[in-house]
Amino acid sequence: MPVIEKTQLMSATEIDRTVQRLAHEIVERSGGTANLALIGIRRRGVPLAQRIALAMRGIDGVQVPVGTLDITLYRDDLSKVAPQPVVHSSQIAFPVDDKDLILVDDVLYTGRTVRAGMNGLFDLGRPMRVRLCVLIDRGHRELPIEASFVGRRVETSGDQIIEVRLNEVDHQERVMLMELV
Amino acid sequence: MTERLRQLLDIESLTAEQITFLLDQAKPFQEIQRHPLKKLATLRGKTVALAFFEPSTRTRISFATAAARLGADVMNFQAENSSLKKGESLLDTARTLDAMKPDCIVMRHSSSGAPYFVSRHLEIPVISAGDGTHEHPTQALLDALTIRDRRGTLQGLRVAIIGDILHSRVARSNLHLLGKLGSSITLCGPAMWLPRELECLGAPVRRTSRIEEALEGADVVIVLRVQQERMNEAALPLDEYVLLYQLTPERLRYAQPDALMLHPGPMIRGLEIDPAVADGPQSCVLEQVTNGLAVRMALLFLLIGAGSEMEETKGTPHVAD
Repeated sequence: MPVIEKTQLMSATEIDRTVQRLAHEIVERSGGTANLALIGIRRRGVPLAQRIALAMRGIDGVQVPVGTLDITLYRDDLSKVAPQPVVHSSQIAFPVDDKDLILVDDVLYTGRTVRAGMNGLFDLGRPMRVRLCVLIDRGHRELPIEASFVGRRVETSGDQIIEVRLNEVDHQERVMLMELV
Repeated sequence: MTERLRQLLDIESLTAEQITFLLDQAKPFQEIQRHPLKKLATLRGKTVALAFFEPSTRTRISFATAAARLGADVMNFQAENSSLKKGESLLDTARTLDAMKPDCIVMRHSSSGAPYFVSRHLEIPVISAGDGTHEHPTQALLDALTIRDRRGTLQGLRVAIIGDILHSRVARSNLHLLGKLGSSITLCGPAMWLPRELECLGAPVRRTSRIEEALEGADVVIVLRVQQERMNEAALPLDEYVLLYQLTPERLRYAQPDALMLHPGPMIRGLEIDPAVADGPQSCVLEQVTNGLAVRMALLFLLIGAGSEMEETKGTPHVAD
């Protein structure tokens, strides 16, 4: 399906500023970084989590542990996926038991990815708390899931697509609102 | 993108890319074996039929556990207490199982080629869990995963396989796999168990009846189980086999100091292997068992995890090649 760019929602500078603000919010509302850990949902949640951790180090001087979560095995739409889904490793090198976790993803939409991510997390242990941090919340939830930390809320219609491009994955840096033509 | 796997009947027909993809896909499933909660819901609602026409304990349990950890249900068919005893044909048994609508069938049979025969008549994926003296593809995959984990690659490794090569489906699958991924292989055992035609399988293969020669400089040693029931036909007394071919700590010293020792199990201590080697630091046997779960989970996920080709093309019958 051909799509065209409708508007640019964020430039590289705006993404960076948003990441900095999210890091501040997380530290502020957690009363510091003690016991915190970030879990990036593959793929674009991963570089976002790493950037937030870096920003938090700038604030608090502490390196917050960052993990990577692949949700392929927890998806609820596998039977509808025609091409072969590829499973990737989740890399969470710390015990999640009793941790104060922040799940990080680029876009919050139906909430199904986050649901899958939480299932994956709870297979690893029993965190003390799990909160969600996203760069963009575009609405249209299909599950009772909300983010605690939101970079930007965007009004969208169902046929629009949010494209987040990050240097680490896409070799460019911006957020776009796309539309079907 | 590598060509999508639709079933697994052997290693011979796989490409190096497909094998590497399978091994890569097993990695995330290795992690799951370390999770406190090992059960996924990924294959919830799917059914894996286990059709074991030949007795098997570890392979069957491994497949059953792999299916269970992915959330699939298991249909268990065992020849010992089955209709087979009453004279049912292989095809009728397979069709009967198929009529209960499993999503794939894992099959072991004492006749080489039996899984091919069944796959030609069924639309669901068939996974061979060992057929006669032909192949045991998942064993070769878990062996390769174990070696690759320890060595990083299979390319350029020298692998010695010791025992009854002639009757070993494990040896044949390993020959294909290791050859495709760039290892060189030395087969070792009594001369009547060293078929010459295996040299033509494509991989660089050497044969020798002297175990010291086979072990010299080896990076990996795969010890095969001696099937005692075969000893009569070989006219080789058991104690002579022990004397000539048992892998002892002294003999293992001919191999690289950090050489890996693999055994497909069940091990007969004191026969093909000295207990000191079986329990020694070079032994990977328990790792192999755990990796077997990961490989089989990856395989089941690959074959029945996503929307199948059949659903895509709205039920065009799948013809096995």
